[in-house]
Amino acid sequence: MPEPLEVSLPNDLEVVVTRRFDAPRAVVWNCHTKPELIQRWMLGPDGWTMPVCEMDLRVGGKFRWRWRSETDGSEFGFVGEFREIEKPARIVHTERVDGADTDDEMIVTQTLVERSGKTTLTVVMRFSSRQARDATVGTGMTTGMEAGYARLDGMFASESV
Amino acid sequence: MRGSSNRLDAVFAALADPARRAILARLANGEASVSELAAPFDMSQPAISKHLRVLERAGLVSAGFDAQRRPRRLEGEAMLEPIEWLERCRAVWEGNYRRLDALLSKLQAQPGGARRRRKKK
Repeated sequence: MPEPLEVSLPNDLEVVVTRRFDAPRAVVWNCHTKPELIQRWMLGPDGWTMPVCEMDLRVGGKFRWRWRSETDGSEFGFVGEFREIEKPARIVHTERVDGADTDDEMIVTQTLVERSGKTTLTVVMRFSSRQARDATVGTGMTTGMEAGYARLDGMFASESV
Repeated sequence: MRGSSNRLDAVFAALADPARRAILARLANGEASVSELAAPFDMSQPAISKHLRVLERAGLVSAGFDAQRRPRRLEGEAMLEPIEWLERCRAVWEGNYRRLDALLSKLQAQPGGARRRRKKK
């Protein structure tokens, strides 16, 4: 029975995803690093294919992933570079939109921990700046937090000590 | 600002839970009482109230002063964009990982496939 993934936001620049798999780490690693395996599951929303999956799996090596909609043929993709590779435990890579003309990128750290033949994958996605975060996630994060703080300030001010 | 990092933590702890994000999405359509909020979830009123207290401490929801109903209002409308982004991403990742579950099953079922042991270095 698959367990739902857990998402947490430890600070305002990181999203952490945790997911357990019923398989040893080495197999999960292969599924994350071999293009012919990646293309069988990392398909994105329903109705999309992954026509491009290039992986130069070495420190400094680059990757390119592209997805294509079967309904209207629209495409998008990500590119990036591998920063750290420790088989089968850890991969760190940068990730940005393929074809974007900005420097906004994420640093993605994936760690695999195996216990009794099952693997826990932890993915930490870190935005390179608040600007990069807002460009991807939406500026609600910044303005929303400001509003939240202002409201809390008001609450504290109105409470008599 | 004293306690500002606590507030930041409170906002992010509040958003980390999918039930709380769904409560915020519901309140974006207008204020609601605790029982109205509990209805779409398979959750007791005390459980919903617990979520609401987390959201109130984070400044994302306020409670009106109608003594009987105390309707909850959304205070953090600007947070809807990142909340919606998170939900979309979550749905995509979950779809991907379910396909990965199926692939991992297949790979482990193959004789001489993934089960083949490599020498440890």
